[in-house]
Amino acid sequence: MSQLHTVNKSPLDRNALESAIQHATKGNAVLMIEDGVYGAMQGTQKSAIVSDAIGDISFYVMGPDLKARGIDEARIIDGIKVVDYSGFVELVAKHDATQSWL
Amino acid sequence: MKFSVMISEGPYTHQASDTAYNFTKAALENGHECFRVFFYHDGVNNGTRLATPPTDDRNIVNRWSELAEAHKLDMVLCVAAAQRRGIADADEARRNGKDADNIAPGFRISGLGQLIEAGIQSDRLVTFGD
Amino acid sequence: MSTKKFLYVNRKAPYGTIYALESLEVVLIGAAFEQDVSLAFLDDGVYQLAKGQSTEEVGMKNFSPTYRALGDYDVNKIYVEQESLDARGLTLDDLQPLTYEDEDDDWAEKDSIKVVSTAEMAEIMEQSDVVMSF
Repeated sequence: MSQLHTVNKSPLDRNALESAIQHATKGNAVLMIEDGVYGAMQGTQKSAIVSDAIGDISFYVMGPDLKARGIDEARIIDGIKVVDYSGFVELVAKHDATQSWL
Repeated sequence: MKFSVMISEGPYTHQASDTAYNFTKAALENGHECFRVFFYHDGVNNGTRLATPPTDDRNIVNRWSELAEAHKLDMVLCVAAAQRRGIADADEARRNGKDADNIAPGFRISGLGQLIEAGIQSDRLVTFGD
Repeated sequence: MSTKKFLYVNRKAPYGTIYALESLEVVLIGAAFEQDVSLAFLDDGVYQLAKGQSTEEVGMKNFSPTYRALGDYDVNKIYVEQESLDARGLTLDDLQPLTYEDEDDDWAEKDSIKVVSTAEMAEIMEQSDVVMSF
């Protein structure tokens, strides 16, 4: 089994991203959407929780949500892939189940 | 692949309904099937036809109704959640002695069993909420 | 109809928002569908099971006794995360006991709550077919 975890909260506000990463097993994917996209940024107090987990877990971020919030892709942590809504659908299809960290 | 979607937040306050709409639309455009869209918690507020957003903003309710019309989507509002929040169809209004109904086109009201059934019958269930 | 592993994930405290109550309503309805059901309580979700809830003064419905009925609905795999308890200064003694009668063991009364580590919780999530979060 392989799971997709979606996170829609800023890691500076809630622990959803941190908890999702702690509960993601090797080979799982984490997709940051809505306010969750702030978790993809370099240089925040929480960037390390993502960069330390890259490798065991695949990280994705919603491009439309980055653009809406004025976040330049150049400021995203290395190794995180940017996807659109079709990419989101593909990720859901590719994994056995999706868990939303609300 | 057969998808179902659960939406747990109302329109406008949270982005959940927008993301769910964009996701569902993309899934349908990519050749997937949508078994059911289930609205729970404040998500039932996506199904009132009385919403009147400013004309320069998106109309979230109409957008769902139009997607349902185009793709024969089964959009279900949870009855218990809808009763709590004052969303009713003609039957519900009559049964509960209300003087009006407000359900938007393309939506229907039914029980939570519809959500469990969506989980059983679909290949994937994706939740959008807060 | 095929049987799937359903996992209901509870990460929110009760009363401040309606999610805990309406999640419990889904679990009760879902019990009729004879699926393989587990409940996970982690992060602030562990507060849902706290002993001694009394809602008279806030004027809300106290739904905590309903958790004790879960055993009668054959919902008896209730996982509570140790690390989430620790982070909140709680132990199992702070939670209300939840039990069920085991029909395979002469209806002996057993504990439904199992305290698990984060790693064990991750494995339970990994093994689930349908994950519902509220």
